[in-house]
Amino acid sequence: MPHINLPTEFPGIRSLFMFRPETAAPLNALVQTLLHNPHPTLSAGERELIATYVSRLNTCKYCCSIHGAIAQHQLGNNAEIVKQVLADPETAPISNKMKALLKIASKVQSGGKNVTETDVELARKEGATDIEIHDSVLIAAAFCMYNRYVDGLATWQPDNDELYDKMGEQRAREGYLTPPFKVISH
Amino acid sequence: MPHIELPQNVPGIRSLFVFRPETADPLCQLAQTLLHNPHPTLSAGEREMIAAYVSNLNTCKFCTNSHSAIARHQLGDDTAVVKQVLADPEKAPISDKLKELLKIAAKVQSGGKNVTEADVELARKEGATDIEIHDTVLISAAFCMYNRYVDGLATWQPDNEELYDKMGAQRAREGYHAGSIK
Repeated sequence: MPHINLPTEFPGIRSLFMFRPETAAPLNALVQTLLHNPHPTLSAGERELIATYVSRLNTCKYCCSIHGAIAQHQLGNNAEIVKQVLADPETAPISNKMKALLKIASKVQSGGKNVTETDVELARKEGATDIEIHDSVLIAAAFCMYNRYVDGLATWQPDNDELYDKMGEQRAREGYLTPPFKVISH
Repeated sequence: MPHIELPQNVPGIRSLFVFRPETADPLCQLAQTLLHNPHPTLSAGEREMIAAYVSNLNTCKFCTNSHSAIARHQLGDDTAVVKQVLADPEKAPISDKLKELLKIAAKVQSGGKNVTEADVELARKEGATDIEIHDTVLISAAFCMYNRYVDGLATWQPDNEELYDKMGAQRAREGYHAGSIK
């Protein structure tokens, strides 16, 4: 049961966006910019993987599921990569640069000051640019916010792969600025 | 030394806003909405104290000092209250409702799932509304983001009370969209 009176036809963060549209706008603008808009070097799929990975570290079911689904659709409907990154980035079929950026993201998740110069050096060795390091840190930080928001108000977080897939496909295609669809009661 | 090449002489999060203006906009809009814009029941000073309190729990110097200063200016420059809230909200001269909201904020900081129904009940007993509970959770969550952003890139975080006071006065007066002081 959510801690406040939320509309029941929307799962997770969507119910919060409907409850408080004034804060929904900047929250969606942030994720639109970070994860969906064109990026000089990181694909949308790579950026969504960072978001999904951090959400798993924070054990936020809704965020991990939805961003895993969006990542999958951004990566040509490749569910395997997402599964492997969540299980162990070190052995996943991703670039060494992505592995180093995910390490930075996990350090941020545990605490900003845990990111060391060595972590950053390792990423630079694999070709990471300032913008990539900046965005990895900010995506990780932002998901430490979104995860706490979604869990902190005890939103409804369904166990419905088909639903996440449908929402993931919508967001991968449309970005974050279009309205959510209603979900028939649970 | 920051982990990336940031403009010199621009402190904390401000250097990051200069570096990446595209993300600065929504980040500033979020703070503007949560902390500065008119609120049905929570004063700007109360909301800034939640932000400063969480930043202190996250041991982020720049954010704690900045938002303490903004809180002071929003509350009419009452230095003692903010310091007391950071030290121990239970003993601070604030409402029981705000004490309960700060407890919720602390739970969020440690992890969203740590907020219990009992925490929320206690806040409701003191008159907290749905919007107040929502905003408290979101302010706390947001500062778990801002603090990690500022520390995660190792931005320059000065120990200059006068500077924080000046920035605090500006933000309290103008909100979060004005250009920064150099």
